[in-house]
Amino acid sequence: MGKIKYSYYPGCSLESTAKEYDQSVRAVAKILDVELVELDDWSCCGASSGHCTNQMLSLALPARNLAMVEKEGLDMAVACAACFLRFKQTNHELRADDELRQEVEKLIGMPYKGKVEVRHVLDIFSREVGLEAIQKRVKKPLKGLKLAAYYGCYLVRPPEITQFDDPENPRLMDDLLNTIGAEAVEWSHKVECCGGNLLLSRTDIVIKLVHDICQAASDAGAEAIVTACPLCMANLDTRQTGRQLIPILHFSELMGLALGVDSNSTSAWWKRHIASPRGALKAHNLI
Amino acid sequence: MTIRVATQKGKEECDLAFAREVKEKSQSHLERCYQCQACSSGCPVAFAMDYTPHQIIKMVQLGLKDRVLDSSTIWLCASCETCATRCPNDIDIVPLMDTLRRMTIRQDRLRATNVPLFHAVFLNSVKSGGRVHELALIVWYMLMSGDLFDFKNLLGNMTLGIKMFLRGKLAILPAKIKGAAEVKRIFKQI
Repeated sequence: MGKIKYSYYPGCSLESTAKEYDQSVRAVAKILDVELVELDDWSCCGASSGHCTNQMLSLALPARNLAMVEKEGLDMAVACAACFLRFKQTNHELRADDELRQEVEKLIGMPYKGKVEVRHVLDIFSREVGLEAIQKRVKKPLKGLKLAAYYGCYLVRPPEITQFDDPENPRLMDDLLNTIGAEAVEWSHKVECCGGNLLLSRTDIVIKLVHDICQAASDAGAEAIVTACPLCMANLDTRQTGRQLIPILHFSELMGLALGVDSNSTSAWWKRHIASPRGALKAHNLI
Repeated sequence: MTIRVATQKGKEECDLAFAREVKEKSQSHLERCYQCQACSSGCPVAFAMDYTPHQIIKMVQLGLKDRVLDSSTIWLCASCETCATRCPNDIDIVPLMDTLRRMTIRQDRLRATNVPLFHAVFLNSVKSGGRVHELALIVWYMLMSGDLFDFKNLLGNMTLGIKMFLRGKLAILPAKIKGAAEVKRIFKQI
């Protein structure tokens, strides 16, 4: 098998609020021999604001990036679940309607034939590298750490577009967390919505949804919640109320810890969380 | 065709052309809805909406245009797709909500919430730099919405902002991309 190589699209949040997600994804990819070449000059996918307000914009903004990846002859690795869905949705619509595809080509001033396959990094690590290969590289099993794998919306829904996992009870992240030695708990809220883009405009709604998710994870005995999306991270990490905060971690940070990323790098990740994960990790002698 | 009917809200207009237009634009099979309420039962935001999703579908079928387009529902819908995933009749509710949101913007109606303002500020950030600069997005949104002057919540917001800043979560400078002009051109053509 040849080397796994992708054009990597970090997305806007990974440059700012979720920089530790970007750093940990790259660190893990390096250890697993996955070559992630950052897409040169990538631009925003338009996210929810694009599709809520204008159809052509919701297609053209992702298509500009897809066209650049197509030119490189690679497939695309995406870290943000929201960007992931926008690219999958754009591919779905443009592949089904040639006239629409040509209209979008005109808008972006580049050809796009719809050839790029879009994959989330969690999918690439778990399925393409494979759990067996990951297990072989584990240096520090996360023994005793109880985790709630949180998928949110955009990885699993709509299932016919994302083609990721079961939309009601996905297992991919649970299996990965078990592979690196942790214990993924069974819980009720793995695909509940965190409120997404209502973060600033209806913070009250986000606070309620975040509270319910965090409560469900605690009730199930989890010591931390694990995400694969920078927006879920932002909502869950910054909008918890009450004194007892449950730490939220990117799946890639935990992989990095288990796969032996140096402690200088990992401690810089832990520092970036509002709800600090250090207590939970220390309790199991992991840091 | 418009019919005037008596409803609980007094006399209302049923605009059947609106019902047809929404069905066509959203390409969702609204006529299949038998009001089982699976959508509304699973909707995480239903508690905050003025009408729940199955009610919106019924109101679209009846052509109750003003009630639908002026509802908070269309903006509070977080596009989480739980409803469509569970709908026994495969009705695409998010494209329906997208169609209604886009109509509201085109008709320049008063919006029931600040959510569309967030979308406008977000897209403006994309338009001006090619990528979203999160710190500028937060500041601009709070300025435009007036939340910056909401003194009741100011302390809480400031504390969170400072915490995020100290943890390095807010990049001060925006990223510069070469293709910013290309992105701007996409916006201009639309």
